[in-house]
Amino acid sequence: MARYILTRLLSLLISLTVASAVIFALIEIIPGDPAAFMLGINAQDDTIAALRAELGLDTSPLERYFGWVSGMVTGDFGTSYTYRTPISEMIAERLWISLPLALIALALSTLIAFPVGILAASKRGSLTDTIVMGFTQLGVAIPNFWFAMLMVLVFAINLRWFSAGGFPGWDEGLFTGLKALTLPAISLALPQASILARVMRSALVDTLDEDFMRTARAKGLNRRQAIQRHALRNAMIPVLTIIGLQFSFLLAGAIIIENVFFLPGLGRLVFQAISQRDLIVVESVVMLLVFAVIVVNFAVDIAYVLVDPRLRRQG
Amino acid sequence: MKTNRNLVVGAALTGFFTIAALISFLWVPYDIEALNIADRMKTPSFSHLLGTDHFGRDILSMVMIGARTSIAVALVAVGIGMGLGVPLGLAAAARKGSLLDELIGRGNDLVFAFPSLLIAILITATFGPSALNAIIAIGIFNVPVFARLTRGSALSIWKRDFILAARVSGKNSAQISVEHILPNLSSLLIVQGTIQFSLAILAEAALSYVGLGAQPPTPSWGRMLADSQTMISLAPHLALAPGLAIVFTVLGLNLLGDGFRDVFDPRLRRGRT
Amino acid sequence: MKFKALTSAAALVVLAGTAQADTGLIVGLQLEPPHLDPTSAAAGAIDQVLYSNVFEGLTRFGPDGSVNPGLAASWDISEDGLRYTFNLREGVAFHDGTAMDAEDVVFSLDRARAEDSTNAQKALFAEIEGVEAVDPTTVRVTLSTANGSFLFNMAWGDAVIVASESIENIKTNPVGTGAFKFSNWVQGDQIELVRNEDYWGTPANLETATFKFISDPTAAFAAMMAEDVDVFYSYPAPENLPQFEADARFEVLVGSSEGETILAINNLMEPFTDVRVRKAVAHAIDRQAIIDGAMFGLGTPIGTHFAPHNPDYVDLTSNSQYDPELATSLLTEAGYPDGFTTTLKLPPPSYARRGGEIIASQLRAVGIQTEISNLEWAQWLEQVFRGKDFGLTIVSHTEPFDIGIYARPEYYFQYDNADFQSLIKDLTAETDPAKRSELIAMAQTIISNDYVNGYLFQLAVPTVVKAGIQGIWSDAPTQAIDLTAVSWSN
Repeated sequence: MARYILTRLLSLLISLTVASAVIFALIEIIPGDPAAFMLGINAQDDTIAALRAELGLDTSPLERYFGWVSGMVTGDFGTSYTYRTPISEMIAERLWISLPLALIALALSTLIAFPVGILAASKRGSLTDTIVMGFTQLGVAIPNFWFAMLMVLVFAINLRWFSAGGFPGWDEGLFTGLKALTLPAISLALPQASILARVMRSALVDTLDEDFMRTARAKGLNRRQAIQRHALRNAMIPVLTIIGLQFSFLLAGAIIIENVFFLPGLGRLVFQAISQRDLIVVESVVMLLVFAVIVVNFAVDIAYVLVDPRLRRQG
Repeated sequence: MKTNRNLVVGAALTGFFTIAALISFLWVPYDIEALNIADRMKTPSFSHLLGTDHFGRDILSMVMIGARTSIAVALVAVGIGMGLGVPLGLAAAARKGSLLDELIGRGNDLVFAFPSLLIAILITATFGPSALNAIIAIGIFNVPVFARLTRGSALSIWKRDFILAARVSGKNSAQISVEHILPNLSSLLIVQGTIQFSLAILAEAALSYVGLGAQPPTPSWGRMLADSQTMISLAPHLALAPGLAIVFTVLGLNLLGDGFRDVFDPRLRRGRT
Repeated sequence: MKFKALTSAAALVVLAGTAQADTGLIVGLQLEPPHLDPTSAAAGAIDQVLYSNVFEGLTRFGPDGSVNPGLAASWDISEDGLRYTFNLREGVAFHDGTAMDAEDVVFSLDRARAEDSTNAQKALFAEIEGVEAVDPTTVRVTLSTANGSFLFNMAWGDAVIVASESIENIKTNPVGTGAFKFSNWVQGDQIELVRNEDYWGTPANLETATFKFISDPTAAFAAMMAEDVDVFYSYPAPENLPQFEADARFEVLVGSSEGETILAINNLMEPFTDVRVRKAVAHAIDRQAIIDGAMFGLGTPIGTHFAPHNPDYVDLTSNSQYDPELATSLLTEAGYPDGFTTTLKLPPPSYARRGGEIIASQLRAVGIQTEISNLEWAQWLEQVFRGKDFGLTIVSHTEPFDIGIYARPEYYFQYDNADFQSLIKDLTAETDPAKRSELIAMAQTIISNDYVNGYLFQLAVPTVVKAGIQGIWSDAPTQAIDLTAVSWSN
């Protein structure tokens, strides 16, 4: 077990290092001078050169890479070219929106998917199963931005139950903040819930037919107890994988949803930074997201071992 | 039986859009490059079955040509994913435990760790928005999927007796991989390929929606949705047609994939009895 | 006693409540400023939030574009036009309490024109030879050559007066002399201003002003309809305007701007080097179709690079009327009977993206095939503006009175006409209004006859406001949202 964890940890560190190098290299190639962009059409060449010097753009790539990495390790992500504020502050502010949004969407998605998946699995082959699975098939096929558009049309413009977007800030109150995140979270959660429900169902279906289930039934447990005590635990592995993947997708893939609802989150920050050629922000945020994904994967790997004792012996 | 239903409905939906896309090469109801402002935003009628958009273009024609764009991009992207991913997976399985296997595995993990939409946006922002760059961006993220899948299944096939026989007869790993392992993977690849195809269609729609896919005047469903947004309360039909096209194509492909899986892998049918 | 106190307290609360509701304003804007220093970036959004609200210059623009006294109450100009003596207002203080005096003016102008200055409009200060503080309320500026536009130039946002005491953090904490003080910036979301109670002039009616940044046109529509904002300045989706007009809660103000929207032609790229080809392009374009299709009817056609609302405007639209047959015959004459292919690179605004699709279709009809590239601003600046790697592009030039760009052969469309260049030189030095009008008319005619670019239309600025708000400028003579005289009318 300990050896397993150690190898995974080593793997994590290597992945992070390689990822940082790849990200930096990728972003270095992007054409477009941030200084020229910021100063616009009428700026003169010497003004642009002065700004480039101020931003530190005239040092070598290798220097900048090491400066960036060493900064990140100490929590200093550098200073944004366009906003001239420390990036760690900007990220922290945006995390307060992206993280809750991802968590709420994940929670919603799980809350919907689990009962739906269990229901379909336990009634497999029946009409209920077909209908439920039919809905999930639809849910998987709907692009989340289109769904968001339709929801804004109905709930914000026509019914005025929710505002069309924006985020008033958590200072205005927990309830107001949550209300602003409702439509976005639902848009994100729906396709994810559909995927998760299907995975849940198929994972359960596989376990339901395993021998140990028959043993459980033979022991006298009724159907529901058998599912709860045995099937679910075993079905958890694929489900955990998917939840892990979904979290990272939600954090980053919410870019489009953040744009539709004009939420000042991480996704939109990156999008804007790309347009503004604020390369240092792009690098730092992408690195942060990749870090989150790698760490979540690591956590899921550890969780596997806890859930499935068979894996522990592999070391 | 349910299996047939998936396959039939899936094939029908997918076929419908594929045929529409193919027909569009030969004929569309109206020339979409001739803008007719006076005719704009008309609701569906006999002359324009799906109505006209904000430039007076016939939406049915746009959807047909858009089908072409989506299917072409998705097909090539998945092709890239398979073309690169399957050999990598085979190589990793043939040399299980070696440095090559380790490297391919790490490479997969690395690509998986990157948020795909974000990187796709970065790539298209760097190299310019176009259908080709969208294909590359989506294709890159398909490679590890097929690599991992191929490796996993290949590993279990390697253990089978007839492989041992092949080895004894003197064939090397590469030959065995191609002549024996690969054919046994075909059904799995067809199923996964269909699923990846549907995901690629969604990815292309997302990229086009933010303006990073095929450029005007080539129509694309995602871009049609983006263009329709400000007018959604004035002319909802502008957003419905392309949106429904995406939904039904993806749905069709998913059903088709499920149908294939039911046909090829009877083991899974167990769950339905 | 207690009862009375209670009722008056209650009354106070009620009054305070309504007063608050009526004296704050929320303005929606598409673009967010990257930072808050109008003197070191080109982003118009900075001026939109801060110009005249937080920062003021020696002179300022009025709603009709006129140049009015700002921090300089009056001025004298020497006979030869080389010496300007500004008499500053007395008792003006910056928002941090420090006094505004001649030293600050010297500081501001010297900073703008310094070697290492990052001022985006350095050219505005090019003729300044020296700035000196004669006494705390008098500043003398000496020019190297006379410039009839000097006072006009000093009204620009890039020439506002700043203080050395607060210059350190100007980008995040702007300290000016205006009727509003900067209060807070939630990046990505909004900027809040509060009324400056110690303002030197008439205090603002509004207690607070909040600028909310909503770049997406659909989100803008939703925000307005949901009444999340009170005003949306330069509303980005003209197709929604009829809905707002029909709704009793809103009013739509349509004003003119200084934005000449042109189809810029790369004059140094084949085949555009031939004036017949450029003339063909001009005649292939149907301006009204573009205005209707891309701007839903908003915009005034222009025949040259000048604003139609300007009294010196000459209507030259007949020079480039929609005539596709003439266009085709011109192309054949020039040696392109089967047309040719070129690139059409479009920046983000919808006048460019939508206008571009329409123009592409019109050009196709006369045989000119275009490859459209939709670029972000950074890419457009790189490829088109600096790299000059384009055939055609569409952009709106929003600086006021900028016909002088046609006298710069290195400017992105690369028009090089020596006669025109000397004409502009004469115009800059000329201070007599009648003679100026003559020269301006000549300039407009030359660039129209030479078909330098395709002159499309003057950008209209639609602003959606809640009924009952007064004082919002409908025209946009400069990038600014001047809130100093805005109030609720109930």
